[in-house]
Amino acid sequence: MVSAALAQAALPPGMALSVERVSHGFVLQDELLPVLQDIALDIEPGEFVALLGPSGCGKSTLLRLIAGLEPPRGGRILADGAPITGPDPSRVVVFQDPTLYPWRTVWDNVALGLEARGILKSQRHRVDQALELVGLARFASALPHQLSGGMAQRAALARALVNDPRLLILDEPLGKLDSLTRLTMQGELVSLWQRAGFTALMVTHDIEEALFLATRVIVFSDRPARIVEELRVDRPYPRHRDDPELVRLRQRILERLGLGGSW
Amino acid sequence: MAHATSSAGLPALELGQAPGRIDPVLLLAGLAWAGAAAVTLLWPNATDDWAFTEELAYLAAAAAAVLALAGLLPRAPGLARLRRAGPWFLVLGIGLAVWEIATAKLDLLPRPFFAPPQELLTVYIDDWPRLVECVLASLGLLVTGYLLGAITGFVTGIGLGWSRLVGYWVHPVLRLIGPLPPVAWLPVAFFTFPSSWAASVFLIALATFVPVTILTWSGVASVNSAYYDIARTLGAKNRFLVLKVAVPAAMPHVYVGLFMGMAASFAVLVVAEMMGVKAGLGWYLQWALGWAAYGNMYAALLITALMCSSLVTLLFKVRDRHLAWQKGMLKW
Ligand SMILES: Nc1ncnc2c1ncn2[C@@H]1O[C@H](COP(=O)(O)OP(=O)(O)OP(=O)(O)O)[C@@H](O)[C@H]1O
Ligand SMILES: [Mg+2]
Repeated sequence: MVSAALAQAALPPGMALSVERVSHGFVLQDELLPVLQDIALDIEPGEFVALLGPSGCGKSTLLRLIAGLEPPRGGRILADGAPITGPDPSRVVVFQDPTLYPWRTVWDNVALGLEARGILKSQRHRVDQALELVGLARFASALPHQLSGGMAQRAALARALVNDPRLLILDEPLGKLDSLTRLTMQGELVSLWQRAGFTALMVTHDIEEALFLATRVIVFSDRPARIVEELRVDRPYPRHRDDPELVRLRQRILERLGLGGSW
Repeated sequence: MAHATSSAGLPALELGQAPGRIDPVLLLAGLAWAGAAAVTLLWPNATDDWAFTEELAYLAAAAAAVLALAGLLPRAPGLARLRRAGPWFLVLGIGLAVWEIATAKLDLLPRPFFAPPQELLTVYIDDWPRLVECVLASLGLLVTGYLLGAITGFVTGIGLGWSRLVGYWVHPVLRLIGPLPPVAWLPVAFFTFPSSWAASVFLIALATFVPVTILTWSGVASVNSAYYDIARTLGAKNRFLVLKVAVPAAMPHVYVGLFMGMAASFAVLVVAEMMGVKAGLGWYLQWALGWAAYGNMYAALLITALMCSSLVTLLFKVRDRHLAWQKGMLKW
């Protein structure tokens, strides 16, 4: 028990992730629809990686594999050097759709992970802190259907953060927010990531968001997804959106996505 | 549907009107009941001198006084429901008068099949100990069988939705016996069980079991798979997934099954009591019929209806409390 706790403490706060030649697909009408093709990706502890790519190319699918919800058809995925065999609360996902449990209050939704692991009794304050962090403290006893779309997404974020994940997997977590809240939440996310030191892996459709947040941006091709571009974003935080280096990178990504002429 | 007329088409004074105004509908209802009282008391009975005729008149007069008083008094908060039922009281008062005239006063309806209202009163006054005993017997049988069926159905339904093994063995059995009306088992049950009471409990439990099982199962099967994914990534194990995800998500379906099971259990209860159990309302109905005691039969029928509808109301109340989270998501 004590040694396990020590081993836990010895790990860095962020998780190392390596995706080794992963391929995946779905059987649709007796035919295999290839979705991911030979994806290889190494993420160091504490990195913030953004995934960009056309709609339907397989970004959410890759996140599901990393979460351990499905095994890949080819290749393997290692978390801190050990193959992923199933879901684990050290790798928490904020899904594209907030999907709160409608019969639970916001507080109980956020508390779900702690409750599932049987540590809620001693950790109740963490639920309150997480709600405070996403600005939903006043809505702790509201039911999900009483929240706006953006509030629901913030509740889903709190539900993930309360578990102190070592890898935070985000599938367009800010997609439903209005542009103002979105900017605030981007800032919050950066400072949270800097403070907590977890590894972050985020899918987004928003190139500026990717450049504002990430240390590395990965660009996927159309389905079946391959990695077509990998960019390091070596700029200090907090970043400025009109930083010429970021503008230059954005131009490059747009070209990669076949949108070079526009803008 | 503005506030000009109520759904009954009568002038309505809805809540939100100035307090202290009189309520014409309740006053009219009071008048109707006073009329029924007067008819009962003053118009001599046609042939028989029915017992408790005067008492019936006094009871109707008392109801009239209460209704009229409620109509006149400034609105007290407790009277809101009485006001909403105003049109019903009016119609019931008229109905009582018509019933009284058609039976006791004019003998228009063939006797003895149609009893006058005072005959029911007679039954309730003379035979209440036995009626209470019958209600308790029926309730005991019903509640025992219903709870047994509901609990086993719930557990089986979850098993069907969750485990392939349970599905493999239980599904065909359910397919075979599910469509069979539970009363079809009656003869078999009565000679395989040690007592007719145990047999009836079994039949009521079976009648409840089938719909509760099927709806719990369909509820568990239709749970959004994202609910499981999220809980699993947050560290939930099977036990948590069943108890804290599948079960609450399936609850709206489960309640539909509980309502269907309740309706089926009433049918089985009455039939079982008529056929073999020597107690309860079904037995009383059968006994009254055997002695051509139609007044007793109507009296027992009314009590049976009240008991069944109270149980359904109770289940509605429990569901509304338990599924309060659904309010605002769905139309009820
Ligand atoms: N369970 C499934 N069964 C069959 N096909 C699936 C399944 N899940 C995803 N797909 C298919 O895989 C492809 C990739 O889906 P995915 O959700 O990963 O896309 P995405 O990159 O996240 O898109 P978006 O940006 O629009 O969210 C799609 O063509 C989709 O139809
Ligand atoms: Mg997606």
